[in-house]
Amino acid sequence: MIHISKRKELPLGQALAIRLGAIVLALVVCGAITTLFTGLNPISVYGAMINGAFGSQRKIWILLQETAILLCVSLALTPAFRMKFWNLGGEGQILIGGLASAACMILFGNTLPNGVVILLEIVCAIAAGAIWAFIPAFFKARWNTNETLFTLMMNYVATQIVAYFIIVWEVPKGSGQIGIINQSTEVGWLPQIGTYKYLLNIVLVALLTVLMYTYLNYSKHGYEISVVGESANTARYAGIKVDRVIMRTLLLSGAICGFAGLLLVGGTNHTITTTISGGRGFTAVMVAWLAKFNPAVMTASSLLLVFMGRGAGEISTTYGLNQSFGDILTGIILFFIIGVEFFITYRVRFEKKEKEATND
Amino acid sequence: MADRLPAVRMRGITKEFAGKVVANKNVDLDIYRGEILALLGENGSGKTTLMNMLSGIYYPDAGTIEINGKHRVISSPKEAIDLGIGMIHQHFKLVNVFTAAENIVLGMNEPSGFDLKAASERIRQVCDTYGFDVDPNQKIYDMSVSQKQTVEIVKQLYRGAEILILDEPTAVLTPQETDKLFAVLRNMRDDGKTVVIITHKLHEVLDISDRVAVLRKGEYVGEMITTETTAQEMTNMMVGHQVSLNIERPDVEMDYRMERIRVKNLTVRNNEGVVKLDDVSFTAYTGEILGIAGISGSGQKELLEAIAGLQPVESGSVEYVVDANSTPEEVEQLIGMDPIKIAQMGVVLSFVPEDRLGMGLVGSMDLTDNMMLRSFRDGMSPFTDRKAPKHLAELVVDELEVNTPSVSTPVRRLSGGNVQKVLVGREIAAAPTVLLSAYAVRGLDVNSSYLIYDLLNRQKGNGVAVIYVGEDLDVLLELCDRILVLCGGKVSGIVDGRTTNKNEVGLMMTKLGGGEE
Amino acid sequence: MIDLVAFIPRAVAQSIPLLFGSTGEIITEKSGNLNLGIPGVMYVGGICGVIGSFLYESSLADPSQMNKFLAVLIPVACCLIGSLLMGLLYCFLTVNLRANQNVTGLAMTTFGVGFGNFFGGSLIKLTGANIPTISLGATSKVFRTTLPFAGSMGAFGKIFFSYGFLAYVAIAIALASSYVLNRTRVGLQLRAVGEDPATADAAGINITRYKYVATCLGCMIAGLGGLYYVMDYANGIWSNDAFGDRGWLAIALVIFTIWRPSVAIPASILFGGLYILYLFIPTGENLAIKELYKMLPYVVTIIVLVFSSLRNKRENQPPESLGLPYFREDR
Repeated sequence: MIHISKRKELPLGQALAIRLGAIVLALVVCGAITTLFTGLNPISVYGAMINGAFGSQRKIWILLQETAILLCVSLALTPAFRMKFWNLGGEGQILIGGLASAACMILFGNTLPNGVVILLEIVCAIAAGAIWAFIPAFFKARWNTNETLFTLMMNYVATQIVAYFIIVWEVPKGSGQIGIINQSTEVGWLPQIGTYKYLLNIVLVALLTVLMYTYLNYSKHGYEISVVGESANTARYAGIKVDRVIMRTLLLSGAICGFAGLLLVGGTNHTITTTISGGRGFTAVMVAWLAKFNPAVMTASSLLLVFMGRGAGEISTTYGLNQSFGDILTGIILFFIIGVEFFITYRVRFEKKEKEATND
Repeated sequence: MADRLPAVRMRGITKEFAGKVVANKNVDLDIYRGEILALLGENGSGKTTLMNMLSGIYYPDAGTIEINGKHRVISSPKEAIDLGIGMIHQHFKLVNVFTAAENIVLGMNEPSGFDLKAASERIRQVCDTYGFDVDPNQKIYDMSVSQKQTVEIVKQLYRGAEILILDEPTAVLTPQETDKLFAVLRNMRDDGKTVVIITHKLHEVLDISDRVAVLRKGEYVGEMITTETTAQEMTNMMVGHQVSLNIERPDVEMDYRMERIRVKNLTVRNNEGVVKLDDVSFTAYTGEILGIAGISGSGQKELLEAIAGLQPVESGSVEYVVDANSTPEEVEQLIGMDPIKIAQMGVVLSFVPEDRLGMGLVGSMDLTDNMMLRSFRDGMSPFTDRKAPKHLAELVVDELEVNTPSVSTPVRRLSGGNVQKVLVGREIAAAPTVLLSAYAVRGLDVNSSYLIYDLLNRQKGNGVAVIYVGEDLDVLLELCDRILVLCGGKVSGIVDGRTTNKNEVGLMMTKLGGGEE
Repeated sequence: MIDLVAFIPRAVAQSIPLLFGSTGEIITEKSGNLNLGIPGVMYVGGICGVIGSFLYESSLADPSQMNKFLAVLIPVACCLIGSLLMGLLYCFLTVNLRANQNVTGLAMTTFGVGFGNFFGGSLIKLTGANIPTISLGATSKVFRTTLPFAGSMGAFGKIFFSYGFLAYVAIAIALASSYVLNRTRVGLQLRAVGEDPATADAAGINITRYKYVATCLGCMIAGLGGLYYVMDYANGIWSNDAFGDRGWLAIALVIFTIWRPSVAIPASILFGGLYILYLFIPTGENLAIKELYKMLPYVVTIIVLVFSSLRNKRENQPPESLGLPYFREDR
């Protein structure tokens, strides 16, 4: 017989140890599976993963850049999640933000000065993302329309809009892609800091992390978000206008997603495709949840997931496996981290079932 | 009696909940066939937990249970049902979108197969035998509380439960409905069934039970034959020391009294368009406690929320009398306002809602953060100020003797009484002129309850207009200056708390009686 | 005008994966589990079937001489086992370990899509083909066998009898689920578990067992949708990511049908039609506009979502405890 009961609050250290244990266990399982497919000894598997993530200066930069973008999206989703608004529309909000910046680059690249184009890009990307998140928020606030599915559907609507404009703007005609925008003039490209291609993105996201942490924990808005997330009834009692908070928070959430789109299009890729967000809208949900919606901890959880992805990617290329191998490993790690929370909240007791009806 | 074989024998039962005190500690209890046992104890004394272990909801940390002399391990409700144990929980276990019949057959595996029509027929037979009135095809969400309770009882009878446990069954009933329920229970006892009734109301124990067992702070303290004991003796056992059973009702100097809240022809519909308040009019005075009585769901919640600016109103007015002596009379209209606007008008209106952790407080936040729930907007800064709330939290903890590790403990982890102290403490600290309270002592132990009565009386003494929605008629009759009785959203009368009696109020709750002010 | 005789069979063929997926998800959600892993499960179901039939086909000298019975049985069994394992994983995490259902589902989708594409990619490499697909023509032919008289019945035959057996299985499962949910004891008890597990538990219903069975069954049904897509709709050709976002569309359908499997039959055909409408609307030279037509099913889902939230009817709401973990000793 197994009996389960709730635990008293675990000390932070112990809880952390349990979580770390789960990650280690997950890595062991991942190593074992990789060994199974590649026939390599597990040590070199881990070696390859670490090499994939930290192997060269360039790889470290890419790792940090990827972490920054993922963290940025996670930060965007967090205020919504704290309010128990399941914004699964990060994907679409990034795409629309990216589309807006690409549009600015293409439409004004030859007519306006670079500085103005960049300014326009920033404004348009943020506004586009914000509007994209505001639509489901409006319906949620007014009629309590299910936001999980609404935001999910908005992703695909966004994808098709992007697909439409890619064909409208494709270069050359019939190729189905836009290619690098303003390759010769570099108009609308976000500036580099020194010779470091990715540094600007990383700095901006680091700043955003601090701002978001402060906003959520110390501002009146942040307090309202927490109350709404706990109980709409309590919020009403406290005189908080729940609908207004939902819409305001989702504007912010979408704006930051749009900003992430800007970083991707204007900062690194300088083009737009329908897959530019690369599932980050979903991965960020897990990053934020794993960190219990704490922006500081999210830095670690996004780094972990990016490390896994990069490491697995390295294994795939080195040993001729396919790139999707990374998704499998990420999935396994997630299952472990998701599952381990149980052992932090509950206590499990094993006991033999006593023989029933001994007086028989 | 000792030589008879008990239907239930519990020995050494212990149960602990994480982070809270031990709910049951080494409890021994015997329950016999053909008797009604009252399980008496204060709120939080572990009565429900103990019975939940008998019905398989909880699993004991230690101890043994024998049913009809056989040792049994009850690790799920299914096993309890198979042993003929049926429990009617305080929060009914009914699926809202199902009909009565679907709820009654739920979980049963009749050999005749699944046939709701046949089941409905048998349900009608059970109802006829015991004199119940249940429509098998009515949906639960369309039912009143007493109808739901009837469905619960029919469900247990239909399943042929031999051991029936009722957890505070009268909390939602009028005195007349209670009498009817007790008649049914006596009927069942005479049929040879075993009945346990969990209660903290002494007069009910005296009225219905054959034997009474008392729990205090999770421990078994003793048992008595009901006919051989008195209310005072039971109270002393229950609380552990001598207590006076009288609630004070101080008289306030009459020149303090003036009209404060004037409700006129108030009509409210809920989201589904059902009328919850129907043409309600009354006046609340300063320096008095106005009690609101009525079976639950008669519009109490809507009334308080309408005054507090939380409930959209169809018609009518709520006037706040700022100064009745000036000419012309200075009056503010509260209808159409939200809590912030009401506060901005300078009306300090405090509200202790029924749902403490779901409305009055934020369970996951600590005491400090909860103190600023209604005041966090103060000041121009975009950031919250936590110094003043922290100070207030410490003050409340000190003055009301809140039992908490610190002011940074999430309120969810406090016991019911302490949660209520935090909530009432915050609301009183605002120095209100109107204090609305709903079920302020529900779930509280005797000492906490008396502390709350005392706080309310002090507010009354300060000239506050106190509105007290209650469910326990004995308390309402002792505490309140006047009692307004609601029935189906209508005012069936306002009576003087000093001269009325329980029967009169009870009849008004079901509209049989009534009389004007 | 759109050629209906050509359009309807394509719409129906397009709808079958959605019907499998949404029927599976309805059964799952009736138990209170919101499984956002269904898109992943459908990938796993599809690829497991592909692996099974690939191994079977390559074990034969001449695939066209294959045993028709085995050609169906092996992929179906593989598909069911693969989806069942996914269901068990989801249940273990959410029911036993009480993990957050949204996050678990998303992780399963990440995992499942990765799993499908990984093995798809690996098989493609094994075949050494130039094009990034696996072709299982012989197996597909068996899956696509239609009734012999379908061809001789003109338009009528084309609209009603031109589908492989799995299409009829999908409709049969939807009808059967509808019957079980609404007319039987098991259905009543399952609905009780999703509405109010504490009540169902107190009534002696084994919550864990119901959640497990419903979720795993739901996953297996959804997995068949993935299998149908490869073997029938795509003529036995697996290419990575081809299944696309149909899994999410299936989840959207659940809301569209207000949790009724019988409504899912016409609703999925409607969605299937919307999904391919762009192929039938003449757009001339303007290829871009086709991309906008492709968003129709999603836009329609959004509109339905909004309308169903406007009409707040008690019976049309999701199961009351959908998405919430249950722990008996919670207080």
